[in-house]
Amino acid sequence: MTEEEIRTAYLEELSRVAPDIDPETVGDDDHIQDDLELDSMDVLNLVTALHERTGVDIPEKDYPQIATVALAVGYLKAKIK
Amino acid sequence: MGVFAMPSLGADMEAGILVEWLIKPGDAVSRGDIVAVVETQKGAIEIEVFEEGKVHELVAELGVELPVGAPLAVILAEGETPPVETEPAPEAPKPEPEVEREPAPASEVETVIAAPVTATRPAPSSIAPTSLNAASPAARVRAHELGVDLSGIHGTGPGGVIVLSDVEGPGAKAKPAPQKTGTPMEEMRKAIAAAMTRAKQTIPHFYLSETIDVQPATDFLSELNAERAPAERILLGALFVRAASRAAAKVKTMNGHFIDGAFKPAEVVNPGVAVALRGGGLVAPALMDALLLDLDQTMAGIRDLVTRARAGRLRSSEMTEGTITVSSLGETGAEAMTGVIFPPQVALVGIGAPHVRPWVVDGEVVPRSVITLTMSADHRVSDGRQAARFITEFETLIQAPETL
Repeated sequence: MTEEEIRTAYLEELSRVAPDIDPETVGDDDHIQDDLELDSMDVLNLVTALHERTGVDIPEKDYPQIATVALAVGYLKAKIK
Repeated sequence: MGVFAMPSLGADMEAGILVEWLIKPGDAVSRGDIVAVVETQKGAIEIEVFEEGKVHELVAELGVELPVGAPLAVILAEGETPPVETEPAPEAPKPEPEVEREPAPASEVETVIAAPVTATRPAPSSIAPTSLNAASPAARVRAHELGVDLSGIHGTGPGGVIVLSDVEGPGAKAKPAPQKTGTPMEEMRKAIAAAMTRAKQTIPHFYLSETIDVQPATDFLSELNAERAPAERILLGALFVRAASRAAAKVKTMNGHFIDGAFKPAEVVNPGVAVALRGGGLVAPALMDALLLDLDQTMAGIRDLVTRARAGRLRSSEMTEGTITVSSLGETGAEAMTGVIFPPQVALVGIGAPHVRPWVVDGEVVPRSVITLTMSADHRVSDGRQAARFITEFETLIQAPETL
């Protein structure tokens, strides 16, 4: 997956978990909990969706590394084989 | 069962709009079947039936706002005959009180709900109330809740004082159903305000708090989740619901309903799980019969409730059969919360977000993840001793997470 494909996948899954979020308005450094107000169940649903879509099983200790679009793109790019 | 009426889907509900029928005349229904969808202030709710039978007639029309108790359909048990529509039903062998209500066409219902309360009242008799409309405090509160003008009510108490039963007379239910005018969020806010105002006006709340070490629980989950794919992971909130359910089963004065002036302990534990909705608002659907669920099933149940709460597809039983509420602030946020009991329940378990704090373990000060649990309880039903016992049970359970 290219960085752009990862970004698209992340934003699509994010707006599926929280349908009121318009992907167009999500900034690269918006924090999914502090800025976008996802709760722990939303974060788990996002991680589950990213696992199904990219095959990357994100362990709990790495949750902070997918907390923004910019972080997630870098993290997933390195993990996707 | 006879007439199937618009159910009350919570302390705050006065009316709902029928938006979808999932049955048609001639269909057989059994207990738990979803027969209709009703739009309420808290979103669309799937309405279940509680008895077996055959659909005889759909009475209510789609898109019409109907008050609680309005007839929706006629569903007959085997061998049952339809109620007579033109004259009062004779003393037919019908076991349930609901069947005594006559089904009325939707147009008649509208006429009834549109009639102002005062029009159904008899004219004031010779014992007129004073110009100040002397009324008992309970009558005043109820009149305020119902939006009834006391000056139009004939008091039957001593000296013409208006008492509670005067306000709650047969005409009281005839007030116009509130019109849905606001946005869904404004309607949700109104529904929460109505339920919480009623809770604060009628339930003498008291509160007990305890800070509890949850390091064993978070360690247990870290280890468990490290070996699991995301779809199988467990959140701390699921352990809290397990612990609260088992504590509620032991301390029965925390689990049940206060109805018609008396506490009715529940035989099952259906914890209402408070779910914050994105954009604001809150619902607390019940996780049915939670004692029968293991930890994985509890987590799956909560995940399902949260998903359906946000999609607006909860079931009527989940809205009405909660026996205690568990309100947890999640894994980030404020450290404590003193919650308002959801009537007719009698207790709410408020759990703040875990924080790492200096804590004494075996005589040493160490960093530990702790929560503050605040029990809100109903003084008509229990005292501090029982609430304290609940907290002790919860603490014991959450510190042995492998047993949950």
